[in-house]
Amino acid sequence: MSNPSITTSRWEITDGHTLEGYLRTGGYQGLRSALEMKPSEVHEEVKKASLLGRGGAGFPAGIKWGFLPPEVWPRYLVVNGDESEPGTYKDRLLIERDPHQLIEGCVIACFALGLAQCFLYVRGEMAHGQERVAAALNEAYAEGYVGKNILGTELSVDVILHWGAGAYIVGEETALIESLEGNRGMPRLKPPYFPASIGLYGKPTIVNNVETLSNIPWIIENGGEAFAKIGAEQSTGTRIFAVSGHVNSPGVFEVEFGTTTFRDLIMGDEYAGGIRNGNALKAFIPGGASAPWFFEEHLDLPLEKSTVDNAGSMLGSGAIVVMDDTTDIVKACHNLVRFFSRESCGKCTPCREGTNWLEKILERIIAGHGREEDLDLILDVCDNISPGITWPPKQTTICPLGPSAVSPIASSLERFRSEFDAYLEDNQAVTPVELMGERS
Amino acid sequence: MSDPQQTPDLVSMSIDGQDISARSGKLLIDACEEIGVEIPRFCYHKRMSPVGMCRMCIVEVDTGRGPSLQPSCMLTVSEGMVVDTQSELTKKVQDGVLEFLLLNHPLDCPVCDKGGECPLQDQTIAFGPGETRFVEEKRHFEKPIPINENVFLDRERCILCDRCTRFAEEVVGDPLIQFIDRGNSTEVNTFPDDPFSSYFSGNVVQICPVGALTAKSYRFKARPWDLEEVESTYPNPMGDRIVIQSSRDQVLRLQGLDSEAVNWGWLSDKDRFSFEAFQSEYRLDNPLVRGGGLNKADKGGTALVATTWAGALSMTTETLKKTDPNRIAFLGGARMTNESQYAWAKLAKGIIGTDHVSADLGDELPPHVLLGLPRATISEICQPNNTVLLLTSDLKEEHGTLYIRLRHAAKTAGVNLIELSPTETGLSNIAAASLHPLPGEVGSVVDALVTGDIPLEVGGISGEKISAAREYLTDSNVFVIVGRSSVGESTVPIIEAISSLQTLEDCRFLPLVRRGNTMGALDMGMSPGLLPGRNTLSTGSSIFSDIWPNLPSEVGADTKQILKNAAGGQVDILFLLGADPITDFPDPDLAKAALKNAGTVIAVDLFVTPSVYESDVVLPAASFLEVNGSHTNIEGRISPIRQKVTPPGTARPDWMIASEIAHLLGGDLGIETPEDIWEELVTRSAVHGNMDFTKIDDGIDGHLLTATGRIPFNPASERLESRPFDSYSMRLVIGKKMFDQGTVIQMSQSLRMLAKPSELRINLYDFERLGIEEGTLVKVSSGEKSINIKVKVDNRVPRSSALIYLNLEGADPRDLLVDGSHSIDIRIDPTAPVKP
Repeated sequence: MSNPSITTSRWEITDGHTLEGYLRTGGYQGLRSALEMKPSEVHEEVKKASLLGRGGAGFPAGIKWGFLPPEVWPRYLVVNGDESEPGTYKDRLLIERDPHQLIEGCVIACFALGLAQCFLYVRGEMAHGQERVAAALNEAYAEGYVGKNILGTELSVDVILHWGAGAYIVGEETALIESLEGNRGMPRLKPPYFPASIGLYGKPTIVNNVETLSNIPWIIENGGEAFAKIGAEQSTGTRIFAVSGHVNSPGVFEVEFGTTTFRDLIMGDEYAGGIRNGNALKAFIPGGASAPWFFEEHLDLPLEKSTVDNAGSMLGSGAIVVMDDTTDIVKACHNLVRFFSRESCGKCTPCREGTNWLEKILERIIAGHGREEDLDLILDVCDNISPGITWPPKQTTICPLGPSAVSPIASSLERFRSEFDAYLEDNQAVTPVELMGERS
Repeated sequence: MSDPQQTPDLVSMSIDGQDISARSGKLLIDACEEIGVEIPRFCYHKRMSPVGMCRMCIVEVDTGRGPSLQPSCMLTVSEGMVVDTQSELTKKVQDGVLEFLLLNHPLDCPVCDKGGECPLQDQTIAFGPGETRFVEEKRHFEKPIPINENVFLDRERCILCDRCTRFAEEVVGDPLIQFIDRGNSTEVNTFPDDPFSSYFSGNVVQICPVGALTAKSYRFKARPWDLEEVESTYPNPMGDRIVIQSSRDQVLRLQGLDSEAVNWGWLSDKDRFSFEAFQSEYRLDNPLVRGGGLNKADKGGTALVATTWAGALSMTTETLKKTDPNRIAFLGGARMTNESQYAWAKLAKGIIGTDHVSADLGDELPPHVLLGLPRATISEICQPNNTVLLLTSDLKEEHGTLYIRLRHAAKTAGVNLIELSPTETGLSNIAAASLHPLPGEVGSVVDALVTGDIPLEVGGISGEKISAAREYLTDSNVFVIVGRSSVGESTVPIIEAISSLQTLEDCRFLPLVRRGNTMGALDMGMSPGLLPGRNTLSTGSSIFSDIWPNLPSEVGADTKQILKNAAGGQVDILFLLGADPITDFPDPDLAKAALKNAGTVIAVDLFVTPSVYESDVVLPAASFLEVNGSHTNIEGRISPIRQKVTPPGTARPDWMIASEIAHLLGGDLGIETPEDIWEELVTRSAVHGNMDFTKIDDGIDGHLLTATGRIPFNPASERLESRPFDSYSMRLVIGKKMFDQGTVIQMSQSLRMLAKPSELRINLYDFERLGIEEGTLVKVSSGEKSINIKVKVDNRVPRSSALIYLNLEGADPRDLLVDGSHSIDIRIDPTAPVKP
């Protein structure tokens, strides 16, 4: 089957990251087209494309752009390049291999929305990507694609680079804004629910994901309708998925959004190539570490937002992590919980204390010191972080990080309780702290 | 000013089934509290912006989209909101949060100072589980660690509520404590090698919801249930409301009381920890006399020795009886209660018959300024969109809680501060305009600001800056806070400035004073020519003559004249009522000569100050912790001073000493209790007419005096000419630091080490022209006078000015003052040989 290639078209060529390579392959044509349109027409094309945000929440970008209040200036575009969900590495490759496409997308978005400043926030650990995007930006400034009077027009846009300091939570858009302002990366309280009304420096701000903006040049060049024809009705265009874990050829794949199935992606030869060593599938995470797990029976679901939502999980950041039947589920669960515990910003009590408690209990179970009551305790702790342990989660916290740690526990305990019980049976019947005078 | 007719927007809502209407914009947690529904909280504090960190105040709220969990400290009430603070889910979540908070919290309550008054402990006892489900190892930190000289931090007890860190950054602008690391490893700490050197650090101890922050002065001293307490007032110019807490007749702690009108619960460290001084071993606890006691017969050779009250008082009265009233003078009284001030004024003017009574020590604004201007309250000044002119020194140093109120007003209420101070201050970075006129030239600067007749440059400030500041004077209510910003400057330039400001429509003032109850002293007639209730000797005699039988007819001498008379041998008896002119009067040589040449010096004081040391009879008085009475703050607000402990030894209240002297003189003050004073006062003082002694205790905010009976303000008659000075000279600014060599600070264990040595502070630009190293001892001269002092670079001092603080260890800037000058020029000679 032939794959449409919108955002990854330059990944195969060696100089796709340079201006020369970019121009040779049709680069900055979208910008030229946009500059011949009215800003409102550009915005209209993006709406027609029904482009869903590629960051995790999947909110339509064109509608988000429309939330900017009229007549409040200045206003900003912020690019969320703080990709740090375990298993997610699509934005990193977009930044490393096609930085000009992202820059072009930013400039078009700024043109459509009448913005003069764009802040490009790149995760601290992406050293190679930082070098590439900085070099590309220098080229773009030198050749007049960014800066004052772009391509000789009235349009002037500055792109400001900002490197993060390595915090998962900064992927949350309000925490990212705090970090940009020089504060601790901690989420802001909601409402306001969108930074579009009160964002960076208290001004209206649009926060878009790297992949979202990388789609914009193609949409403008080819038209929103052409984009909407690709993929499913409510999940248009293509989407990049990162497949990792126990597969034969892990990697990043751009596929038609909404029509390809999980089975195609995991088992298909042109994609991940099936489970390693011919093992059986035990479980897979469909959309990043915070998503509830899927199993064998979910393999034939299409990679389509509403279908996956209805099945009780999410496509999230497009990270698919595959676990084969050799996986120790308790350890896998501990691994994920430990991640959330370490990445908690420390602001809300339930997340700061709760995720760490969960990590410690799981650690103790794995070390062979589990107690019979520990499984109920784990579930009750989860319930206190995310009341009801439902999906989508209710939360006692400001942002969803704490409740995210509940997903792997709920998923694994529901399906593989026996593996936890097995640990408890090998129990060495000691607790680290002896309780004196414990009631029977 | 807010329009009282304007009705606030009300919303109808329901809390736990109770239908209420609340003002829109109010936080849900406050709306609940007002109807008696208490929501547990740890991070929320009503004097700081909410952060929603602890999640304890989560309740179930339905705003039309079905019930959801919301932190009530972040949510404002809205129309139709249905709140359930008692639902099963609410309780489950709150219990969960409580359990989470306790996971890593050590259970050392039995040895924790907070135990017994700890919100976390109270909440746990009331609602928490009986046992822990947490069997893992708790988080460990080294504990406790000092974060400054007076505050210890125990990071294991900390529940990361962000109260102390928010206080430091938001309330006082000293962001020296911060969160460090993240997640479960988050801790509060200072920056490495940089202590939490805030003037307000004691407040974080008071607002800490657990025992993570403790004050050195209180650690392990008492259990909360052993404490007795009384609401009182700290006798500082703001009249900060406090709670005095004691155990076994020992004051152990002062806490701020949250008064909406005054200090909002905050206190400066200077006041909070000063109680130690009043219980120190250096307190006077017996009367003292010098040798034979009288008339300097053997002064110099003989030390002060203890005696009985009977002995000391009889010596006092015998000499009083023999002396012409016109040769008797009284200095001080500004630190007493209103009641004691009335008693001493009545003794001096009504019984003895002298008008040489002055509470001022030469460093205050004159009485006609303090009493003659239309006054504004602090809360009126802090209303949104006002413009406030600050003709003051650094309020952060001198009037801590006023600084806090103004900082809040400027940062959150949109009040425009226009600063006209000799140097940069703690408010400079948030002021709408920060201007620093050359000392002596503030009058010309304010004139340009008010009239709009702006020259290219005036008083060292460019016309552009003045024009920019002038923008804020239009379409705003203008208020002026005015004080003596430097004793290196006469009061004439300030009076000029006030005269210009009076031409603005409806401009009102808040005058500042240096000593706690100077306002009370003036209202009680402790100033030449004045009688209680802002009556004058010329117009008010008839009101008092029946009970003040010996009222003099002539207006007496002011402080400077009294000291000059004494130095010239024309004063036979000089009373010092808690006054230390040697330390405080701008001319120390004159003060010393006065005490030396006065016939008999009788001091009423708490400590042996340098001036008390030169006295002949010393009568020990009770401190504000040991008396009942009242206080008048700079707004004219009366609030109660309440006794918590007994005075040391035989020390007694000031009013009682006055009453006994009157009795021994054969007169009668008619005062046996402080109440008696109010009975007498309210009938004769229109200013105090709406008060009585029992009413003082009502409410937390005290009672504003009616503003009638102002003494007329004497405007400036002519404008001072701008005085040119050569490029080798600098204008001297004499400021005041919060911590100095003052008696109370030096007698407080917690505070004495905070006073720094004396330095000459100049701008880097001026410093580089000197070509010397920082810290070099230089000779600084003004005319004939000179001092030797170390030089320090301080860019808060504008070019061509030089700042020296008063009363620090080392060089005394008063030694540079020249009598009769409106401002002082100094020269720094880096080459003159100086002896270290």
